[in-house]
Amino acid sequence: MLCQECNKRPATLHFTKIVNGEKTEFHICETCAKEKGEMIPGTPNGFSIHSLLSGMLDFESSTKSQSPGHSGPQNLQCKDCGMTYAQFSKLGRFGCPSCYQYFDSRLDPLFKRVHGSTSHVGKVPVRTGGRLKVKRQIDDLKKEMQQHIVQEEFESAAELRDQIRKLEKEMIEE
Amino acid sequence: MPNIRFTEKPLSDWMRGEAADSEIVISSRVRIARNLQHLPFPILATNQQSEEALQRLTDILQYDDLGRFGTFHTLKISELDEIDKQVLVEKHLISPNLANESRNGAVLISDDESVSVMINEEDHLRIQCLYPGCQVREAWERATVIDDAFEAHVDYAFDDRRGFLTSCPTNVGTGMRASVMMHLPALVMTHQINRILSAVSQVGLTVRGIYGEGSEAVGNLFQVSNQITLGQTEAEIIENLHGVVLQIIEHERSARERLMNESMLRITDRVMRSFGILSYAAVLESKEAAQRLSDVRLGVDLGILERPSTAAMNELNVMTQPGFLQKSFGDKMNTGERDMYRAKLIRQKLGTTL
Ligand SMILES: [Zn+2]
Ligand SMILES: [Zn+2]
Repeated sequence: MLCQECNKRPATLHFTKIVNGEKTEFHICETCAKEKGEMIPGTPNGFSIHSLLSGMLDFESSTKSQSPGHSGPQNLQCKDCGMTYAQFSKLGRFGCPSCYQYFDSRLDPLFKRVHGSTSHVGKVPVRTGGRLKVKRQIDDLKKEMQQHIVQEEFESAAELRDQIRKLEKEMIEE
Repeated sequence: MPNIRFTEKPLSDWMRGEAADSEIVISSRVRIARNLQHLPFPILATNQQSEEALQRLTDILQYDDLGRFGTFHTLKISELDEIDKQVLVEKHLISPNLANESRNGAVLISDDESVSVMINEEDHLRIQCLYPGCQVREAWERATVIDDAFEAHVDYAFDDRRGFLTSCPTNVGTGMRASVMMHLPALVMTHQINRILSAVSQVGLTVRGIYGEGSEAVGNLFQVSNQITLGQTEAEIIENLHGVVLQIIEHERSARERLMNESMLRITDRVMRSFGILSYAAVLESKEAAQRLSDVRLGVDLGILERPSTAAMNELNVMTQPGFLQKSFGDKMNTGERDMYRAKLIRQKLGTTL
């Protein structure tokens, strides 16, 4: 594909810009991108990850229905730090850990777009993350049990079921 | 009086080590972002709240957990002058962001400068581990142990579903940014760099210039790092990065080989000219210095030149930055003076006495 600016050099940068819900695709070469001061890592004046983010967040709020008075995204507010969703989308930053809960209903699409995923599978705090570790263990056992059931290995499946019950009981008692 | 030993010598002790693939990979770095529960993030924190975060996090130094990584020294950003701050940025011990606008910002630096812990940057805590060469796994292993040492004494903001909660949505989950600094002159000379960089960006990694966002990739130095922090484990992220870095190394090596086979005289001429200019110039702009240093580094790697050593090259890269020049030759300098002192310093370092 040739660069859409100069039509001479091959396009090496491909990106999508979203402005007010309007999606535009760009295919340009590095030379033209530099001249336009756009986006490539390593250019001065290149647009930063934060302006890119806040573009996405605006997109989020402008496409969904905003029935007045109802809990449209602009009315969401963090009760701990006071940050509103509108401020968040402008700043591209959360104000405090609780913002994640108060804005939760709006976050899946954002995380999906930035990370391609919505939930954490990595490290868990050693001291405070015990419960989550057990929960993940239970999930793994359930998956394994399902496989045994599919293969009609009911005895092994029953063993796993007992293990799961034991872990679940421990979690409730904690 | 703050402890400013860290701004006096250009090369951190950790940079002296020889490491695998160090002719192409200069350094590996892992940074993890963490926040305290029940406190607003630094952008919204009041003076008192950021003071509290600082207090709680520096208090941890009194426990033994961190001791095995050497003695840590605490520098409060507000107590440093502009030039010292700039030198710390040039040595990658603090971020420009921490230097510029943080309230109650501080950094804890280990003796050999391989660990630096920023407090009240964009997040309450940013643990950074640096290693020479391609040692991104090692950097992560150390960072995670230091992370555990902090976590033993404070409650982190953590959510079962979202992971470690960070101020910026791009860091949530693992809070981890792993990056590898690469010197890729042959890929630039053979015009393959763009193709490689765009391929890299398609596998969840980003590439930028040496001083992070918005800076130029001077001297053919590129920093490759992970873009995704949510939905992958730390090990997966590290392995992905490591795998891609190994591939880039292979491409750079074969491009170097091709250059040597097809245009040895031209490359030799370029390297020697650059060495000559660095040895005798009276004025050197930073951009030219970076480019010439890159040529000389390549010349040493290809066996065209015998010296300077890799350590000396790394040292020069830091010494020729504006902050360090002003540190060595006296306070405020204009650009012209800096260019003159830069040339002088390089001549000294290369042992040219003219
Ligand atoms: Zn073009
Ligand atoms: Zn909040």
